[in-house]
Amino acid sequence: MDLNTILQILDSAVRLMTPLLLACLAGLYSERAGVFDIGLEGKMLMAAFSAATVAALTGNVWLGLVAGLLGSLMLSAVHGLASITFRGNQLISGVAINFLASGLTVLLGQKIFGLGGRTPSLTPGAELDTQTAPFRGWLSGITGPDTAGWLAAAPRLTDITLPLAETLRPVPVVGPLYADVISGHSILVYVAFAMVPLTWWILYRTRFGLRLRAVGENPASVDTAGVSVTRLRFAAVAIAGLLCGLAGAYLATGLSAGFVKEMTAGRGFIALAALIFAKWRPWGALGATFLFGLLEAVANRYPNLDLGIVTVPSMFMSALPYILTVIILAGFVGRAIPPRAGGEPYVKER
Amino acid sequence: MEKMPKWADVLLTPLISLVLAMGISALVILAIGESPVEALATMIDGALGSSYGWGFTLYYATNFIFTGLAVMVAYHASLFNIGGEGQAAMGGLGVALVLLSLPLPHWALALPAAMIGAAAFGAAWALIPAWLQARRGSHIVITTIMFNFIAAAALNYILVNLLRPVGSMDPASGRFPETTQLPKLSDMALSLGFEWGRNTPVNVSFFVAVIACVLVWLLIWRSRLGFEIRAFGKSEPAALYAGINPVRITVIAMLMSGGLAGLMAINSVMGEAERLVLNAVEGAGFIGIAVALMGRNHPLGVFLAALLFGFLYQGGGELALWTSIPRELIIVIQALVILFTGALDNMVRVPLERIFMAMRGRRKA
Repeated sequence: MDLNTILQILDSAVRLMTPLLLACLAGLYSERAGVFDIGLEGKMLMAAFSAATVAALTGNVWLGLVAGLLGSLMLSAVHGLASITFRGNQLISGVAINFLASGLTVLLGQKIFGLGGRTPSLTPGAELDTQTAPFRGWLSGITGPDTAGWLAAAPRLTDITLPLAETLRPVPVVGPLYADVISGHSILVYVAFAMVPLTWWILYRTRFGLRLRAVGENPASVDTAGVSVTRLRFAAVAIAGLLCGLAGAYLATGLSAGFVKEMTAGRGFIALAALIFAKWRPWGALGATFLFGLLEAVANRYPNLDLGIVTVPSMFMSALPYILTVIILAGFVGRAIPPRAGGEPYVKER
Repeated sequence: MEKMPKWADVLLTPLISLVLAMGISALVILAIGESPVEALATMIDGALGSSYGWGFTLYYATNFIFTGLAVMVAYHASLFNIGGEGQAAMGGLGVALVLLSLPLPHWALALPAAMIGAAAFGAAWALIPAWLQARRGSHIVITTIMFNFIAAAALNYILVNLLRPVGSMDPASGRFPETTQLPKLSDMALSLGFEWGRNTPVNVSFFVAVIACVLVWLLIWRSRLGFEIRAFGKSEPAALYAGINPVRITVIAMLMSGGLAGLMAINSVMGEAERLVLNAVEGAGFIGIAVALMGRNHPLGVFLAALLFGFLYQGGGELALWTSIPRELIIVIQALVILFTGALDNMVRVPLERIFMAMRGRRKA
């Protein structure tokens, strides 16, 4: 395996870990505030669908991104209503959200595009042009044809080349690493990585973060201090919705070009696994999702990994994140202790 | 004092939840430009309008009775088993291994053997999550989710690399021997002299499912073990104080739950497909959650809810066939039923309780 192959695998790992990282951080906010969230998968799926749909209808990925965020937030609202307002079972609510997204995306997708649940491909071309024609027509009535054409010209997230990427390329090892692995991703990848220190700072260095963590450990104490448990938990659930929205939008408009049925393919659950792996900590989330992204990248590249003595089948590679999580949960490699008030609705004393 | 009469708790709350779920589903159908009334008519006609429709409805219901009972038994021990999907898949493996390795001459011998295989494999797949929950405190919901994925990967590997007959391309096992075919209900009707449900997959496992309902009722409400399970589910400290061993109850409840989920395979794998195919469970494990919630965690309720979901499943298939509404409508309805009967239970229950309290207050005055 030469340097080039390693770089390609790392590059692919960075792309694949991005939705996992965003979803994992989403789960982190929610669960740190004491609201279990097994609906990450559903929220991502809804966001991916809304983002791809709006991007396909308008030709503008940014409008798609907004739609993705809204789609995910809508399901967050359902989760908040069920698990905070009506003090229902948070796990059951999460299960319901996953099914809701899985069914609704196909139902609406079939209604809008008639393609059996997928959206048209987001690559610029004739198919997309006919699709976005009504929107451009409507827009050019308001802003003029030039602006309308320009606004509808970027249906996908474009890759950004970081400054000096080509200049530094000749530098051994570091140069190609910078040019191929670090540079050349879409903006959401960098947003995801920036979210890690930001989340750390919010959780451990701000008043909001302190209260958020407290409400997940001992909501009664937060209540006694005169801070609304309900409002804090709703804030956490909403942040989780936004982050899942970013994850889904990246999946449909960055990683691939369009939405296909069930495209999250268990990523929400891998993110959940990564969260446990990370012991509910932001930097841990970075490490865990990188590990799982790397596993997926390696499995994609070598469907049957030949290690000389044994050949590892691809099914084993795809099951590895789940197996690792069970081992971690079993407490054989360091214990993962969830926030203490997780999963329990808070009942104010009367 | 009870806040509302028992009949309201058992009948009214699930019915109102169902009406709410159906109402929102009707709005969804309206939103995609179809008529909810026509959709319902198509579903009723397709699922209940002929013995053919009934044959499929009862076949699906059989699957859901098993998975619903599985969720229910665990729920009484306060364990939320989302692993029915993986346990049922493993049950299928158990059935396939028994039927492919033992040359059994008659279905009456093959059925008990396959049941043992199905239940043993399903239970074994639930054992590790149960043990981890009981001994190491790992959350059963997370471990059972993980085990669903691990089961899917393992089954994929086993079918492609081990059970696939030489020369075959699809990832499925060979056919089970002819002698082990379960009698279909249609054959039984014919031998009694009338024609009913020709070419439908409903088979003798339906009766096994009904018997399972009765046995689970006896177990939970009429046996010492059932009492221990319920006591443990209601209050762990109280159960501990009464000398009930939490590890034992957790493991036993999950073994029974996994075994029941695994038993689904005698209907789908042995009774219908007659070989083990990839993804033989088709989401029935998850529908078990909706069935148990809807059925108020009582075998009779589970039976009725399984019939309802059997109807939805078959009706949904007919919808996809005759209208432009995709099959996935059923997943939306399923999600809404889970949401209203499970997570938004208080939304329905609290106003109802208020109404009953007010009525009682007036009667007293």
